[in-house]
Parts: sequence; structure tokens; C-alpha cells
Amino acid sequence: MNSFAIEAKGLSKWYGKEKTLAVDRISLEVGPGELFGLIGPDGAGKTSIFRMLTTLLLPDAGSAQVGGMDVVKDYQRIRNSVGYMPGRFSLYQDLSVEENLSFFATVFNTSIAENYQLIEDIYVQIEPFKKRLAGQLSGGMKQKLALCCALIHKPEVLFLDEPTTGVDPVSRKEFWEMLARLKARGITILVATPYMDEAALCERIALIQEGRILQVDTPAAIRAAYPDRLYAVKAGTMSATIRAMNTLEGVIRCYGSGEFAHAAVSASGAIDEAAIKAHLIAQGLRDPVVRPVLPTIEDVFIKCTQDRMS
Amino acid sequence: MSTTGTTYAIQAEGLTKRFGAFIAVNAISFQVGQGEIFGFLGANGAGKTTAMRMLCGLSRPSAGQARVAGFDVRTQTEDIKRNIGYMSQKFSLYEDLTVTENIDFFAGIYGLPKERIRRQRDELIGKLGLGKEADKLVGGLPLGWKQKLAFSVAVFHGPRIVFLDEPTGGVDPVTRRQFWDLIYEATGQGITVFVTTHYLDEAEYCDRVSIMVDGRIAALDTPAALKKQFGTDSMDAVFYQLARGAKRGDA
Repeated sequence: MNSFAIEAKGLSKWYGKEKTLAVDRISLEVGPGELFGLIGPDGAGKTSIFRMLTTLLLPDAGSAQVGGMDVVKDYQRIRNSVGYMPGRFSLYQDLSVEENLSFFATVFNTSIAENYQLIEDIYVQIEPFKKRLAGQLSGGMKQKLALCCALIHKPEVLFLDEPTTGVDPVSRKEFWEMLARLKARGITILVATPYMDEAALCERIALIQEGRILQVDTPAAIRAAYPDRLYAVKAGTMSATIRAMNTLEGVIRCYGSGEFAHAAVSASGAIDEAAIKAHLIAQGLRDPVVRPVLPTIEDVFIKCTQDRMS
Repeated sequence: MSTTGTTYAIQAEGLTKRFGAFIAVNAISFQVGQGEIFGFLGANGAGKTTAMRMLCGLSRPSAGQARVAGFDVRTQTEDIKRNIGYMSQKFSLYEDLTVTENIDFFAGIYGLPKERIRRQRDELIGKLGLGKEADKLVGGLPLGWKQKLAFSVAVFHGPRIVFLDEPTGGVDPVTRRQFWDLIYEATGQGITVFVTTHYLDEAEYCDRVSIMVDGRIAALDTPAALKKQFGTDSMDAVFYQLARGAKRGDA
């Protein structure tokens, strides 16, 4: 027996005649009660990983266990002990809110009453609409109902595939507050998201792109391991700033990041704030603002992407 | 005030949409200048999509008026459709047509001459680096490439305005930036860009930003002025302050 809630070893999946690798030898361990994030853009392979771990797709190579059970041999037992919220809304559109919930409870041999405390603070928000057909709910309400349905049989591991995609920033924040409360109840949560800012809300994350894991660690450790020195720079327009920075020798990369451009320079090099300012002024830009900043997960991701391309 | 409709790319005055007793868009008024990048922000359910559908001539206003590219959204919807481009958050090309076929199809719909389509298409494929993929089905392309292609197709006929509805959702950070390079290039050619997004760093790339709350425009200004007005240094904080007060939740 192992002590991991989820353990994958060399998990791989390919599709089609050309055997396109969607998941390329992924290995990861998620501890019991951990809130673990798969962070990566659309097409990174997140959904294929989720579908293999929830026994809906057979791996082409490698192995995985969920709750100590094998995803191929023990698929029926795994299905009883995990909750899965797919990226695409997959409840019955022509059943009401209440009927959907009661359906999922029945399928798992339980009742709404038995595990109500687990979903209560989410369900009360949609309860006023319990007679409404699921197909007529707004995006945010659908998302909450889907979460309730994935939780109603009190799963040990909860799989959430892009639960916040297309959701506005305020609603996204509320959703993560719900996840924190579920985690406090001891449920292991594996969540996938393309939003880099959500990485900071996970205990550990895997950065994933094109079917491969780029890095696995706590968000803080991943940010701390960023090898370059990073500056926020602004002088005139964004495009003028980036153009000017790209003519400064020793600048590894420069790109927009909200109001400021982020410029990475070698940590061992001689370029500092004063050198950047002097360069921008020499390029004819006025009143440059330059300050050192800590990299975000997005900065790390951009670095990884560019390393892979070169 | 001038009402010729030619000074502004978009001019809305008291634009309203009711669905029964529900007021989805509540008397919004604003102008967008030609060549401007205008960010149209708001929480889910704030009324953005409904407002955008009225501006595109797809939904008739219950009250108020608007002119888009100089045309009336009530009476000149066909002229509007010919003079705008539109790209939705859901992928808007045909997955089972090739890159070339998609370009030809959409350019054909807008009635562009064959010779122009061929010349412009070859240029575009070269610019996007899609040479090897030109005869492959669009369904097999990575999302980031699809979105860049969908944008290029939306501006292929040289519209005065392009409407982009969450064009970068789920796209990786590097491609997201390349996408914005395409937007800048389009504005350089004088195209007005009207864009919705849930990425608040992208609000900073807009010339002006409006934030809708409960069907109304709660704030509208340059990103710098909005941050000053709300006493903060990030657009995140501006958005939270406004959207948190929303009564009409998406629940």
C-alpha cells in the first residue's frame, strides 16, 4: 500500500493514427488531503490526465493509483470513491437542480440528506432555484450545481477539470474559497486551471505544457527557483518599452505584464536598475520607472515555454 | 454634440435591453473612437454579451439608440454586419475545414474578389507561420493558433470595428501576448477593437476600459485614471471594488 491519494508513474496517452502524444510520461504524487493544481493552457493534456485518473480513459503506457487502487484493475471501486467535475457542463439539462442532485445521490447509493453538511454552504446559494431546469441556469449556478453533484457521495478525492474557465475574477475567487473549505474537511483535491494566478491558491502545483510536466513544487518554491533577475519596467507605451529593452544586451526576455513590462536579466550579470534606466533614457524614453519584482507563476511559465522553444 | 455617427466608431445613447421584467442592459451611454482599443469588462451576468449583441445588430434594443460604424443598430443591421468583424469566445472557425478553406469561406461570405482573397490569404498564412498547416484541418491546431487564425479571419475583410468576446480564455501566456500583438497591428491599420476579457492584466493593454455592473456602466476611463479614481495600483483591485458590490449576482 502507498500513502498517496494519487500516484502516477510514467502515465502516457496518445491519439490517432499519428500517435500524437497528449500525455507524455507524467509522474506525480498527491498526498491525502492535499489541494494540488495542474496549471497549464488549453491543449496541455490536463483533461486526458483527469480522464485516466478517473478511469474513463485507458492509459497507453505507465500506471496510476487513486486511493491505493489501480486505475485499470480497480476501476469500479475508484468510481465509487472519487468525485469528478468535467470541464464541460455534463449534468442533465432537462432535469431540475433538485432532480440532478437527487439523481447523483441515488446512483451512488446515498441520499442528499446523508451528506448534506458537505454541500450545504454551496447548495444554499442555488437552493432558491431548485425547481429550475439545469439547462436554464447561469454559468455560475451551473458550476455550483456541478460541484454539489460531484460531492454528494462524499468522495475521498475530488477531480475538478477547469472549474473556473470563463468565470469572472470575483466569482473565481469565491469558488476558490469553497475549495479551501472542502480541503479543510480532509478531501483531496486535484484541480486543473489555465489561470496562472490561481496557482498561488494551491499547496503544490505541476506546471504542464504539451503533455509534459515542466515543474512540480509549492508555488513559493517554484517562484523562488526562478533563475533570472526580474524587473518591472515602464517608459512611455508598452511597445516602446519592450522595443527599447530588447536592444539592451543582457536582457533575456521582455514582455507585457499588465501596466508594466517584465524584463528578465541574468542574475550574475551587471545589469541593474540604474543600467536599465540609463539605457531607456539613451533610447529617448522619458521618466522610466524601473523596479525589481518577484516573478509570478506566469513569469515562470513564460520562461519554461521559451526554454522549450529554443 | 455631433450625431453624424462618423466621428465615433461606436456611439451608444441610453441603450437598453429588457427581457420581461428583467433589465439586462440598463441605459448605457458611451463612445468609442476610431482606432481605439476599448475594453468591455464586467462580471458574468452583468450584461456584456447582451450589449455586444445589440451593437452587432443581432438583438434589437428595447430603448435607446446606438450607431456602429455610422450605422443605426435598429434599422441598418445588414450594413453593420458588413462593416464589423466578430470573434466569439467559443472557437468560431469550422474545425473540419482546412486553414485555407476557412479563410476562403469567410472572405467569400464578405464578397471579397477571388484575386484579393488569394493574395491576402497567402500573406496571412506566411505571417502566422502556418505554411505547413495550410492544408490541415483547423480542428487539429493548438488553441492558441486557432485563436490567432480566428482573429485574422475576423479582420480579413478590413472591417472598421472588430468585436472580440473573451478571445484569449485558456490560451497560454506566450500566445496570449502574441494575440495582443495582432490586436495592436490591427489598430495600427485604423481598426477599432472592442474586447471583453477576464484577464485583468489585459485591461491594461486597452486605451480605455468600461466596467459593467448590474446592467449599467459603473466606470469608464483609461486604466491609469481608473486606478487613480479607486485609489489603487492594480486593475484587479478596481474590478473587485466594483463587481463585489453587484446585487445581481450570477449566483
